[in-house]
Amino acid sequence: MTSVLTSPTGAAAGGAPLLEVDDLYVEFRTDYGVVHAVNGISYTLNAGETLAILGESGCGKSVSAQTIMGILDTPPGFVTGGEIRYKGRDLLKMGAKEQRDIRGEEISIVFQDALSSLNPVFSVGAQIGEMFRRHRGTSRGEAKKLAIELMDRVRIPAAKDRVGDYPHQFSGGMRQRVMIAMAIALDPAILIADEPTTALDVTVQAQIMDLLQELQDETGMGLILITHDLGVVGEIADRVAVMYAGRIVETGATDAVFSAPAMPYTEGLMASIARVDQKGQRLNPIVGSPPNLADLPTGCPFHPRCPRATDYCPTALPPLLEVVPGRRSACHYAEEVLNDH
Amino acid sequence: MARYIARRLLLAIPVLLGASFLIFAMVFALPGDPIRALGGDRPLPVSVQNELREQYNLDDPLPVQYAKYVGALAQGDFGQDFSGRPVSEIISERFPVTLKLATVAILFEIVFGLLAGILAGIRRKSFFDSLVLVSTTLIVSIPVFVLGFLGQYVFGLRLGLFPIAGLNDGLRSYLLPGFVLAALSLAYVARLTRTSLVENLRNDYVRTAKAKGLTPASVVGKHTLRNSLIPVVTYLGADFGLLLSGAIVTEGIFNIPGLGRAVFDAVRSQEGAVVVGIVTLFVFIYIFFNLLVDVLYAALDPRIRYE
Repeated sequence: MTSVLTSPTGAAAGGAPLLEVDDLYVEFRTDYGVVHAVNGISYTLNAGETLAILGESGCGKSVSAQTIMGILDTPPGFVTGGEIRYKGRDLLKMGAKEQRDIRGEEISIVFQDALSSLNPVFSVGAQIGEMFRRHRGTSRGEAKKLAIELMDRVRIPAAKDRVGDYPHQFSGGMRQRVMIAMAIALDPAILIADEPTTALDVTVQAQIMDLLQELQDETGMGLILITHDLGVVGEIADRVAVMYAGRIVETGATDAVFSAPAMPYTEGLMASIARVDQKGQRLNPIVGSPPNLADLPTGCPFHPRCPRATDYCPTALPPLLEVVPGRRSACHYAEEVLNDH
Repeated sequence: MARYIARRLLLAIPVLLGASFLIFAMVFALPGDPIRALGGDRPLPVSVQNELREQYNLDDPLPVQYAKYVGALAQGDFGQDFSGRPVSEIISERFPVTLKLATVAILFEIVFGLLAGILAGIRRKSFFDSLVLVSTTLIVSIPVFVLGFLGQYVFGLRLGLFPIAGLNDGLRSYLLPGFVLAALSLAYVARLTRTSLVENLRNDYVRTAKAKGLTPASVVGKHTLRNSLIPVVTYLGADFGLLLSGAIVTEGIFNIPGLGRAVFDAVRSQEGAVVVGIVTLFVFIYIFFNLLVDVLYAALDPRIRYE
């Protein structure tokens, strides 16, 4: 738990962090105007660490993941600033081929909806095996064998008989296991899980999260978990970065952030959790809805929904500053918020 | 699968019977007397006319005529035209011509239609894409006979690249009519390919393919095309069936002695046996290719299974 408390820009013991996202900006140029999806986010990820990126739908968390993977659709999406350094080298400045060689081999991703994310006309074995064929030049027969091994490893029953089956012949949970098998095929250093359990029912969700954690323990990969599920974050994330309107508004060790938020938005998220001891009482949602990313409010983007907002909030954008060591918050009144807990 | 195919082929029998009866009835209902028309300005002697009517069962009521026709057909006899030539001989002489013409046409559709559609789909909103959209709209809106005459005038008469009509120049004689015959479907294939590709490129599995580090050629050429071509291949299969079942206008314009011309001539001279024989063959070809398309569909898309 030592790496947990390193400051987001600092290096972990033993050299540079695995991944550094530094002041990243992404925008979408649409016919209806420019949508500012990611507005200057920075974070780091170390080997073996789990970083959760938490936020509502449309806050830019998936876009930032796709940008790291280099699979942003351009146009309409454009990276307009910042760096993404993998082992010290900026992914955004690499040539297309070099980027492709890293994709899937060093950094890989698991998407939310496994049914639509798997190709319907190829067998799951072929799709898993393709990782070896593309990056290792493995023969077709050998790739199939490796695919069976991987399916065993993610605990798909009767892997040998099912390697030739197609995605539609699997259940939702099994399909997500196929996605995971594909993503971990080449022992990547970083696995990005973009809402990996959102499309699954609760018992299966837990199994998938257990599997991800197990695989992480075995391989020591860094895991970026993108989710809006506070429960999942609390269970497995070492650190959490809370996103709002394309910015990171709070970061820190999960336990610390959860027990004492230093940003009213995080406070709102915590208050909105349904708890057993509050049975029969009303839930406390955050009022209002997320801002339009094409037309952000002035100053702090959260001020229209913030119960603590003052006249100052609409006038200045709060920077993400350290509140206590290892914790940062983008609120003008971060210390007051923190001290209230 | 085998049982499915067998069932479909069995189902084809009542369809063929029904279709041939309808055609038979329509030829029967045509106004005028085919036998009297045979003589032209110099009427045939009444005894000869009666003999011919007897020979072709023309005095019988419709159901009896049809029953006699089917009875003969069951023994492999397709009947004869009024000059006594067996219909089976006409078919076996004309069919290879139609087959060649249809093959040339389908190749045009596959090569140019697919290529144009794929390039337009990959480079959406580019100049080439607009060019394909405009030119296919143009082709679709020109009637076949106009296109045929235009082709004859420009490429046959003016440029002298292809023979204007007839089949005296080997494969070259088939190119211009083949293109004219293909034009409409070619435009459709290009459009269909483009739309299907653009649609499929938006799918999540394309994102996955990119995330695997595959090259753009593999992302599009393998993952996306395999999905996008399912509707195109099935269209092409059905279209080949249509092309084989007679290109009456194109064969007429280019004076090509195929099945289309044969059936047209037979309708004009009210030669029932010829019309029914050939059109029933068309129906059979069409049924066969539809079955082929369904089988192909299951082979291309693992989500489709027939029991």
